Amino acid sequence: MESVIERIQKGHFSHFHGGIHPPEQKFLTSTKPIASAQIPEQLIIPVRQHIGQAGDIIVAVGDKVLKGQALSASNSPMQLPVHAPTSGIISAIENAVIPHPSGLSELCIIITPDHEDTWRKRTICPDHHLLSKDQILEKIANSGIAGMGGAGFPTQVKVSTLAKINYLIINAAECEPYITADDLLIQEHSPTVLDGIKILDHLLAPKNILIGIEDNKAKAIETLQKATADIAHIHVCVIPTKYPSGGEKQLIKILTNQEVPSGVLPSSLGIVMQNVATCFAIADAVINDTPLIKRVVTVSGQALDKPQNIWSLIGTPVGFLTQHCDYKNRQHKHLIMGGPMMGFSLSNDQIPVIKSTNCILAPSEAEIESPYSTGTKEVECIRCGQCADVCPAQLLPQELQWSAKAKDQQQLTKLNLFDCIECGACAYVCPSQIPLVHYYRVAKAEIRQQKLLDIKAEKAKVRFEARKERLEREKIARAEKHKKAAEARKARMNSGTSEAKTEKSAVAAALARVKAKKAQASTDDHKINSEPESTNEQASDKKDQVANAIARAKAKKLAKQAQLKEGQATENLTTDNDKEASISAKLDNVTVSDKKAKVAAAIAKAKAKKLQQAENSNDSLSTDTQAKSDEDKKAKVAAAVAKAKAKAKAKAAERTQDDKPDVLVANDNVASAIDVDASSAKIDIASTQSAAELKKARIAATIEKAKAKAKAKSSLTEETIKTEAKSSLAEETIKTEATAITEAPIPGAAELKKAKVAAAVAKAKAKKLAAQAQKVAEPENSEQGDDDNVIASATDSKKARIAAAVAKAKAKKLAADTNKSPTSE
Amino acid sequence: MSAIIAILVLGVIAALFGALLGYASVQFKVEGDPLAEQLDALLPQTQCGQCGYPGCKPYAEAVANGEAINKCAPGGEDTIKKIADLMGVEVQPLDENHETDNTPKVAFIIEEDCIGCTKCIQACPVDAILGTTKQMHTIIADECTGCDLCVAPCPVDCIEMIPLATTTQNWQWDLSTIPVVQID
Repeated sequence: MESVIERIQKGHFSHFHGGIHPPEQKFLTSTKPIASAQIPEQLIIPVRQHIGQAGDIIVAVGDKVLKGQALSASNSPMQLPVHAPTSGIISAIENAVIPHPSGLSELCIIITPDHEDTWRKRTICPDHHLLSKDQILEKIANSGIAGMGGAGFPTQVKVSTLAKINYLIINAAECEPYITADDLLIQEHSPTVLDGIKILDHLLAPKNILIGIEDNKAKAIETLQKATADIAHIHVCVIPTKYPSGGEKQLIKILTNQEVPSGVLPSSLGIVMQNVATCFAIADAVINDTPLIKRVVTVSGQALDKPQNIWSLIGTPVGFLTQHCDYKNRQHKHLIMGGPMMGFSLSNDQIPVIKSTNCILAPSEAEIESPYSTGTKEVECIRCGQCADVCPAQLLPQELQWSAKAKDQQQLTKLNLFDCIECGACAYVCPSQIPLVHYYRVAKAEIRQQKLLDIKAEKAKVRFEARKERLEREKIARAEKHKKAAEARKARMNSGTSEAKTEKSAVAAALARVKAKKAQASTDDHKINSEPESTNEQASDKKDQVANAIARAKAKKLAKQAQLKEGQATENLTTDNDKEASISAKLDNVTVSDKKAKVAAAIAKAKAKKLQQAENSNDSLSTDTQAKSDEDKKAKVAAAVAKAKAKAKAKAAERTQDDKPDVLVANDNVASAIDVDASSAKIDIASTQSAAELKKARIAATIEKAKAKAKAKSSLTEETIKTEAKSSLAEETIKTEATAITEAPIPGAAELKKAKVAAAVAKAKAKKLAAQAQKVAEPENSEQGDDDNVIASATDSKKARIAAAVAKAKAKKLAADTNKSPTSE
Repeated sequence: MSAIIAILVLGVIAALFGALLGYASVQFKVEGDPLAEQLDALLPQTQCGQCGYPGCKPYAEAVANGEAINKCAPGGEDTIKKIADLMGVEVQPLDENHETDNTPKVAFIIEEDCIGCTKCIQACPVDAILGTTKQMHTIIADECTGCDLCVAPCPVDCIEMIPLATTTQNWQWDLSTIPVVQID
């Protein structure tokens, strides 16, 4: 079997499957020399012009840059720098439309040239053999060279392969029907191209170098053959013209008869392929220290008067090039970047030329119909199978088309959609004019997007799971921490030190607080439930108030004692709070008695105040305006009397308690008196002096009240007043108050004021009652331990609270009414 | 006689296959719920909770146990179709109670308004928010699933949902749209 080289030398080549012969249009430009580069008014340099990531921009707006100066830096092999194509000023770094079928914008560096074209400092390297491979690779990378055939793959990545290379293939096939850029480049710059090939030879050390060129480029073939005549391992392979022989896999198949498997790089077969233009750029970069800042672009098409190849700076707007070639079709501009087979329409003529742009096509309407001017002519597939016959990748285009239309991604993958090189041969031959390649592009983009989404979903899932785990971990850690802390606290408390004791007492106090709160909550509930029935128990009577005040004072005292006592207490933690309190009361005689006296005084004072308030309110509520001043006076007098009385009583109480020889007895007496008061079922007379005094005060209070009130009086002075009677009286009082406020016609400002005062007083009263009722719950519940009249006191305190709540509500209503009445008037 | 032989033969065969099946059911027992796993793989994993379940996996498990298949708003019609295919049930339109707008979005914190309350951090199902108490927070856009869960807890309303910008990476060819017409 003859070797590949022998075969090539004989001119026998393999054939790839399919392929087409579109009408040749190379004559438009192939005979004209390459026009020299002109500097446009503005250069738009996309930061990313290759496959991979954009470099990091190292210039700022307003910077003056020299020709060849790097504008971005690369940190990874897939990042490539871009360079200033000429000297000038960075006028902007912003998003601009890039050459992409989507017409989307990406970050671009915009340079306003100064037209001086001043080069940065360059170091010419006359002999690349003096450089190490790494140095050459670095130079290639720093020059920002990416594959110039169309794909834009970073060249240094491709040539730094570690695989053993059998064939270096130089792609000069240029199979697109219009493009002649490589042809002209070889014709005019074959020595530089050859230098590039030699550098690649040096880097890759291939066994053979094959230059694949289609037989329609006679001049270029001749030039190449002359230039490579003295180099034994370079073979110029003149292949028959057939589209798409310039495809990487297709050219490999033609030249070496090897097929590159799906999803495998040619380097794994020992083959590296480079474009002719890339070879030129490599030579320029390594030898002349010139980065990739210009390239040959074929500007062709029948809409141009002077189609030709142009050395064009990277970043030149395509409009500048078409203008240079006398673009005549100004009405319906239709510009295609790339060849007619694989290119894409441009939305704008300010789109720049980039590293992989080899052709700008400006076709006339007859030549290639503009996608804007005509609707689709697509008809149904007739299953002729021509597309499958011409497919160079041996796919099944019509099957792919159906799956693409059905968005069946699984089936598309199964049909190897990603092996499609989008050459457009199938669409070219399709009698139904189905834009097959478009369907494939859509499907490919969708599958890529789906893959991205899948990756993202997987990532989100992992993160979600990780978070769940973390939360679980934290929960366990927290629980453990709390457990440990609790254990440590227990250990400390049981250690028996003074610290432990204080902590114990603190715990005891806290427990007592919690207990009281709970009790209050339950009674509150009860209160709410029993509210309907409680209307006849509206005991805003003095008795209850007094009882409440006393109970509150007692509770406070107990709490204080408990606190004092707890420091010394050696009893078990579980000892009842009340017990502790009573014990402490016995032990701490003097303080207790003092406090008792004070409490009594306070009670008396409070009573007196209340009486006065009652007076005032009753007084101001009076509807009789003529007798108003008299009553006022009377009430004031009465209040003064009550105050004085109360003071005297308080003093008496103090005295009596101080005089008592046995404080314990006094204590007991007071306690029992309070119990009786709290129960308020009947007024107990048979008690000690202090109790008697209290009773007297109460009687006085009722007297004062009676005085103020015209209606209810006589029965109140009696000692055997039933609570029901009192509560009904209280009800009446409040009712009269209400009627006074709501119904009384109040013409003057004075009256208004009075009404307001009355309302305020009523409110204050009600609030106090409520506060007392609430507070009283605490001590009374804690007293249960040694109280005889447990049930009685409990029910009565409840009654009092209910009454207080009702009174409060009423007062609020009154207040609201009085607030309303002035505004309405 | 022949009848007895037939019964015997069939009996032996039945016993053999029974033993074989019994062995297979022990030997090739599948752990876990493969259906829930498969369903989970179809869901978009935004963990948004719009379906009423605290994440995609719980919803997958619920669907495996008979929950309606049309509750995944971020997945939209595509996901419903896939689930329907897998479950062998009819495709249903998306539940009306759910948002139909499933354009991919990412959350964005207006950083000057952020008070550093960490409420959004606690709400984020994928830990895509960076920040700590009284420090400005920010969102790792690449990790954000656009689930919307951080928007409600923010006391100063400084979180916005921004639709993902179309780039050349995620751009989709669209044949049905009219191409961009050039304006001179």
